[in-house]
Amino acid sequence: MRLKTNLLITLLIVLHLPLLFAGFVAPYDPTAQNRELPYAPPTRLHFKDGSGFHLRPFVYAWIPANEGGGSRYWEDRSRAYPIQAFVRGDSYSFLGLFETNLHLFGVESPGQYLLFGTDAFGRDELSRVLYGGRISVAAGIVATAATLFLGSIVAIVAGYYGGWIDESLMGAAELFLSLPWLYFLLGVRAFLPLHVSPERTFLLLTGVIGLIGWAKPARLVRGVVLSARTHNCVLAARGFGGSDFYILRRHILPETFSVLLTQAALLVPRYIAAEVALSFFGLGVNEPVPSWGNMLSVLQQYNVLISYDWLLAPAAALFVTSVMYYLLADALHSGLESS
Amino acid sequence: MNRIARLSLLVCLLATVCVADPSFAGVPTPETIGKNEELQHLANVSGHYGGRLTVGQRAEPKTLNPVIATDAISREVIGRLSADLIEINRVTQQTEPALAKSWKASADGRTFTLKLRKGIRFSDGHPFDADDVIFSFALYMDEAVDSPQRDLLIIDGKPMTLTKVDAYTVQFALPRPYAAAERIFDGLVMLPKHLLEKPYREGKFPQAWSLNTQASEIAGLGPFRLKQYVPGQRIVLERNPYYWKSDRDNHRLPYLDELEFLFVGTEDAQVMRFEAGETDLINRLSSENYNLLSREEPRAGSQLADLGPSLEYNFVVFNQNDLSGKKLDIVARKQVWFRDRRFRQAINAAVDRDGIVRLVYETRGTPLWGNVGPGNKFWINQAIPRPQRSLERARQLLKSAGFSWDKNGQLLDASGQAVEFTIITSSSNAQRMKMATLLQDDLSHLGMQVHVVPLEFRALIDRVFQSFDYDAAIMALGGGDADPNPEMNVWMSNGTSHLWNLGEKQPVTDWEREIDQLMQQQMVTLDYAKRKQLYDRVQQLISENVPFIFLATPNILAGADARVGNFHPALLDPYTLWNADELYVRSDGVENAGVR
Repeated sequence: MRLKTNLLITLLIVLHLPLLFAGFVAPYDPTAQNRELPYAPPTRLHFKDGSGFHLRPFVYAWIPANEGGGSRYWEDRSRAYPIQAFVRGDSYSFLGLFETNLHLFGVESPGQYLLFGTDAFGRDELSRVLYGGRISVAAGIVATAATLFLGSIVAIVAGYYGGWIDESLMGAAELFLSLPWLYFLLGVRAFLPLHVSPERTFLLLTGVIGLIGWAKPARLVRGVVLSARTHNCVLAARGFGGSDFYILRRHILPETFSVLLTQAALLVPRYIAAEVALSFFGLGVNEPVPSWGNMLSVLQQYNVLISYDWLLAPAAALFVTSVMYYLLADALHSGLESS
Repeated sequence: MNRIARLSLLVCLLATVCVADPSFAGVPTPETIGKNEELQHLANVSGHYGGRLTVGQRAEPKTLNPVIATDAISREVIGRLSADLIEINRVTQQTEPALAKSWKASADGRTFTLKLRKGIRFSDGHPFDADDVIFSFALYMDEAVDSPQRDLLIIDGKPMTLTKVDAYTVQFALPRPYAAAERIFDGLVMLPKHLLEKPYREGKFPQAWSLNTQASEIAGLGPFRLKQYVPGQRIVLERNPYYWKSDRDNHRLPYLDELEFLFVGTEDAQVMRFEAGETDLINRLSSENYNLLSREEPRAGSQLADLGPSLEYNFVVFNQNDLSGKKLDIVARKQVWFRDRRFRQAINAAVDRDGIVRLVYETRGTPLWGNVGPGNKFWINQAIPRPQRSLERARQLLKSAGFSWDKNGQLLDASGQAVEFTIITSSSNAQRMKMATLLQDDLSHLGMQVHVVPLEFRALIDRVFQSFDYDAAIMALGGGDADPNPEMNVWMSNGTSHLWNLGEKQPVTDWEREIDQLMQQQMVTLDYAKRKQLYDRVQQLISENVPFIFLATPNILAGADARVGNFHPALLDPYTLWNADELYVRSDGVENAGVR
């Protein structure tokens, strides 16, 4: 069980690294438009050409077929572009520390390696999935942290002190649970100025999701605190004159850790989905900054949905991420039960 | 089983089929043409009787009352139920006789004498004459009825006057000469006095002819009449047996037994229903959906038509409204830029119109440099310059207007303020959203920070028309008639759609004053060549002063099922249904209609 949990955690970290280092892994600037290549399909990898088999894969550039509109492309076979590692390209800021233009992989310009194709503006979909994932997943993690922090404070206070404090706090939790949060957010958005910078949108999103979400984990943690309060060690500590703070820190908080961890693994994918849903409806991050939600919103158009299946890439990314988190939550939960 | 029993069983079965399927029960057959009926004879039209065609609509009509209907969806249905005195031929864009078989304008252009067709009848069989015309115009001009067409009939604050000369002759007197006055009659449908006089006298006219009105209480002069309305699902129209047009072989039109409107919801749903063969006609297609359908065209055999540039113009407008007393200091500060012609010209030079046509319209559109596009053959000023995109010229213009750039390439105004503004657009219009994203990128090359904010349509309209709380907006106008007169409310400084500066008491700039004079002059000039000259100058002034930055116009795209005969879509609204009376179901298509 432990092994499975560790394996899943390692996998999740591996999954998050390309998002964290999106600038390095993504071959292109996610907002750079290429108006010659709208809706270009994913570039095909080739190993064989006229001269035989090559160990190093190569690609051909797309050339638009100028007929009848829509997106039809031919491969320009006149020149092959071998895939290269550590190439120079668009410059980006590495984790906000310094500017660089080194990318993990790519091809020589003017060739383009479009692993996931391009969107309506000829922007590289892979780069957008990576940069967009950074925002969506970060929103999920930050909102989860906020939720759990707020939720456990409320839960501990309520569970440990009981009485009217418990009743009023849990009453408030009920109230929050019954809030229609999508409408709440719509309302909040109406009070803000027309344009909100992406950073503030991000804070707003995570803040609101976190603020609304605390009630559920709070009820769960309160249960743990309630039972921990009657443990012999707590009673003993109290008998020896331990302060509330000491008892909470030494005996009660550690009891809640495993519950919090499982909750975290459950909440992160849910909050990623919440961000995706909000951006999908245009309430979240706005163009040209990508997020999985606003990238998926173009699929609301029927013709896009059925014509350009590579634009489902963010949905696939969301699916994989969520499944990983849920598997982890499951493993953590079984670990909890068996202990 | 003996033969007789079998036969009677068959008869029974047939009878049940006929009873069970309401679509074939009691379809009215065309009345034989009477001797004294003055029908309009269409010598080029042929087809054959029978069948039903289905059209998908994005929403449910709001009313069937032609006088108060404002939305396009209601008008699409009402248009098939009614007719007007003179109509604009959707293909030639010229006026043609309709219920009036002829008309004559006096030499001073102030009186029109219309001769009505004799012997024609409403769809309930009641005869039509001059009294119905007088009654209909009384409704349109009544302030209490509040018809959207009323403005057209009030010239210089004075209403038109109508006189009944005899039962089939009506005279219209205008307070002053009015160019292309006969075009006004298109869209003013004639109403039955015998059915509507009572509700009008009782003050209940605005409630008359709602969707729930009995079919027998509604009558018109259109090719069809109401048969059935099923809330949330469909409206079924059936042949008007008394319709006043006949085809090549002197058969009374229309050909179709029934015309059905299905309420499907969205454009995407329209496309899906059409693809599935559930609807037969589709118009106002977006280029993406058109290209989608054209990929399947060979298999489905459908008839798709790209009619070329529409009359609609998409544009960016900057907020130059008078904001005094509005508490919008931030916008007011930016207005220093917006009011600078060179700033607008710079943006005009930086717009990648070809990119818009390619990415937004998938090449089924045309770049625009003025309000009159190439779709409007009679009025476009071909001398308007159409310069290629040039960031270099844009930068020079900005420099000459006192703008500069900091070391990061950010554009600063003369006082060192960073140039940053927001473009609002309707979130329900994917094409304009795309234009905004392209424009945002174009202007970032000039060092401008542009934010795109999609707004719900009503919120957008409220900001642009009421609160003025916006920097710039992407919108569209035009698309109605080809004539300059409907454009009056956009270009006159006191016009209701003078978007960049609404509610000017008097023209703020010299060029706006000149446009006011020119537009008023063209309205009272009767000679086409002279009017064209005046309107050319208006277009030139607009292009020089760029109150709007024109972007592009989409092509009009429409489609019909393989079995639709006489499918001749047009550039003007209602694109595919304007000749609903001529449409028919091809017999060779009927057998395999369900198979495709």
